[in-house]
Amino acid sequence: MSHDHDHDHDHDHHPEAPSPVEARALALESLLVEKGLLTSEEVDRIVSMYEHDIGPMLGAKVVARAWVDEAYKQRLLEDGPAAVKELGISYPAGTQLVVVENKQDVHNVIVCTLCSCYPWPVLGLPPTWYKSPPYRSRMVREPRTVLEEFNLTLPDEVAVNVWDSSSDVRYMVLPQRPQGTEGWTEEQLAGIVTRDCMIGVARPRIPAESAAR
Amino acid sequence: MNGVHDMGGMHGFGPVDIERDEPVFHHRWEGVVRAMMQRTNGRYYNLDEFRHAVERMPSDEYLRAAYYERWLHAVETLLLEKGVITTTEVTDGHATHPAPEATRDTEPRPALEPRFQPGDRVRTRNIHPHGHTRLPRYARGRHGVIRKVYGPFRLPDANAHGDHHDWQPCYAVEFAARELWGDDAGRADRVCIDLWESYLELEDKP
Repeated sequence: MSHDHDHDHDHDHHPEAPSPVEARALALESLLVEKGLLTSEEVDRIVSMYEHDIGPMLGAKVVARAWVDEAYKQRLLEDGPAAVKELGISYPAGTQLVVVENKQDVHNVIVCTLCSCYPWPVLGLPPTWYKSPPYRSRMVREPRTVLEEFNLTLPDEVAVNVWDSSSDVRYMVLPQRPQGTEGWTEEQLAGIVTRDCMIGVARPRIPAESAAR
Repeated sequence: MNGVHDMGGMHGFGPVDIERDEPVFHHRWEGVVRAMMQRTNGRYYNLDEFRHAVERMPSDEYLRAAYYERWLHAVETLLLEKGVITTTEVTDGHATHPAPEATRDTEPRPALEPRFQPGDRVRTRNIHPHGHTRLPRYARGRHGVIRKVYGPFRLPDANAHGDHHDWQPCYAVEFAARELWGDDAGRADRVCIDLWESYLELEDKP
């Protein structure tokens, strides 16, 4: 329990005293609101956009289309932003998306060692582990060991390509379509493409029930 | 700068802690910080200045702070430095000055002829600038191969420090993991890093 009474703002309807960082954030917010640089509606809109509209379901849709449509896949590998726009996904002007394709003998994985760059227009905001020192420090140095912590063991004959996103180019992994998904609809396929598959710390898996069918 | 933010290859941080079914925001204030950054980035500062403001945090604070705490620190630091807010306003909790006019980036991206082509062998320069750079420490003075050509983009080393006109081609440069880490790295493993032209010297054309 915090006993920090240094601030004199009235944070009404707050069940407990805010943490120091929360108090600082809310104090800055109120200054920016007073200066007309921000409204609380804008905060709500931005939060809601990341909570509901932008997330891994967008990337999954892109992957599923690439799996069923070879020509689309080529366009995606050639020009990421243009190809995702074809599916109605907006991509910020002037920025680049590069999709890297997993193959039988190459596995791709993305990291940002210097900060936490992430392909948010197609995957939403990154999970905490992606932004954490263990992932950032180790993925470039010992990718196979880190992947094992995600329960992904790669045989020695599969080369690991780590993409350290140091510029404003964003990378996304195009995983391999698993065996046993022949005849699946795009929607079914998108259902097995998780965020982790598109970061490269997992491979798409067929749920036990569909495999049994 | 050779700060703690430049983490590639560092030891001692332990295993990756994976939170299952993590929410997008853990607390409302995180969303507030994100919104404040999005509404002020590109108007009062650029992304390179923002990244550098995060890096300028004292290293012990950087490591202790949660992600959005670092963002809050950077937004606050830059708004103070750019005169958008004042320390008195922060202390008193009330605005007494109007915000200055926001800047707009209207500079067109110039057409530049890239010096390197895919397949060219390059060596990264061995630089240790005090300021911002996007050439990670673990990849300095190393041999690699150009794989993709991007840009031009503004050089972060200049753009974070007031020179917004230094546009350069940028390249995806592939390094053998063993070139970076020695013989215990995977034989066929590779690390690809996006690097600006002035970080690179030509070794060999294919």
